[in-house]
Amino acid sequence: MPLLTFKIQRFDPEKDKEPYMQEFTFEVEKGLTILDCLNYIKENLDATLSYRASCRMGICGSCAMLINDYPRLACETQVLVLGKTLIEIKPLPNYPLVKDLIVDLTPLFAKHRAVKPYVIHPDERQPEKEFIQTNQEQTKYLQFAYCLKCGICLAACPTVATADNFLGPQALAQAYRYNSDTRDNGLKDREKIIDSSYGLWRCHMAGACAEACPKGVDPALAIQLMKKETILGKKKNIAPLALPLVGVEPRPGIPKAPERTVK
Amino acid sequence: MRETLIKQRYRLGTKGWFYAGRYGIERYLYIFHRISGLGIILYLSLHIILTSTRIFGQGIWVASMEMVDKPIFKFGEYLVVAAFIYHALNGLRLFFIELSFFIGKPSRQDYPYTTSVKRQRPFVYLTMIALLCLLVIMSVDFYFI
Ligand code: SF4
Ligand code: FES
Repeated sequence: MPLLTFKIQRFDPEKDKEPYMQEFTFEVEKGLTILDCLNYIKENLDATLSYRASCRMGICGSCAMLINDYPRLACETQVLVLGKTLIEIKPLPNYPLVKDLIVDLTPLFAKHRAVKPYVIHPDERQPEKEFIQTNQEQTKYLQFAYCLKCGICLAACPTVATADNFLGPQALAQAYRYNSDTRDNGLKDREKIIDSSYGLWRCHMAGACAEACPKGVDPALAIQLMKKETILGKKKNIAPLALPLVGVEPRPGIPKAPERTVK
Repeated sequence: MRETLIKQRYRLGTKGWFYAGRYGIERYLYIFHRISGLGIILYLSLHIILTSTRIFGQGIWVASMEMVDKPIFKFGEYLVVAAFIYHALNGLRLFFIELSFFIGKPSRQDYPYTTSVKRQRPFVYLTMIALLCLLVIMSVDFYFI
């Protein structure tokens, strides 16, 4: 089994003035992820190591960190695939540091919330029936709907490195995701936020977000498409509601659906 | 107080423009684009200041022209032209990309993921080849003719 050295950034705001690097050396076997190795360190070598993770399968987005100078999900990165005997792990850049490998993702969530990341229905009423959306219509936004909110794209972006208030790739991609959804009619609402100098137009296509995103969300694509649509106008169908069923009798013995609880 | 200190330390700042990890070529082109842009602005202001000395009379004009008639200024001028060519070509590329040419359409993502950045990369290489050709022509024109 290969012997690997892990250099991990440590910082405890209650004790330390500056972050420092701590080394751990142990044998790893094939198939272990960086997260497995961090768990091993915490269980066997140093219980004070702090990091964040929960699903260990690339779906919760909490284990993003800077691994050998590249932002990745610890649970989706196999140690031996990196092909190095020295593995350097640091917290994600461009976020306030909380402790060791944990950063404060509050800026990410605030920006996400700012773009109204939910379906805004054409009129005030709750729809009575489901929307009809074709596969092709769904493909226009599905890719962007896979975002985990892991924050990797903001760590990779050179504009975020100097502009705190830039909305950033994650939020802009989500704005595009909902603007392209045929069930949504919130384009005007979102335009006020994204069509601004710290929104859409601060992106200069460095492309790092698209390359680093662990889910293939490609925020750069969403942003460029949105720039074009902001200049030339966006055409989109609004999804029709399904027609009410007529002449359908429920089979005997099937109970009636309960009354709706949300008015 | 403590919190803001930590915050400032962890935003990469301008350092993040230059080196932030092993990203694709476009992230570095972005930085070059900024630097070349700033260089051109700096040149423009120097140029305006220098040529405006003409209003103080022939003598001062000749003196200031002599001041800049040195190899180092000639090299500076060379850099400005190079920066200009780069800025113009890369700007043209960005113009097309930002209007969504060459970056593809949203699609269902399967491993291994493809991205808009990869799809437009041939265009980057093309731009770089054009840049190289223009730089060679410009250098010959600058120093040998
Ligand atoms: S777009 Fe990708 S990198 Fe950015 S937060 Fe979402 S999943 Fe993470
Ligand atoms: S632990 Fe959930 S994404 Fe890595």
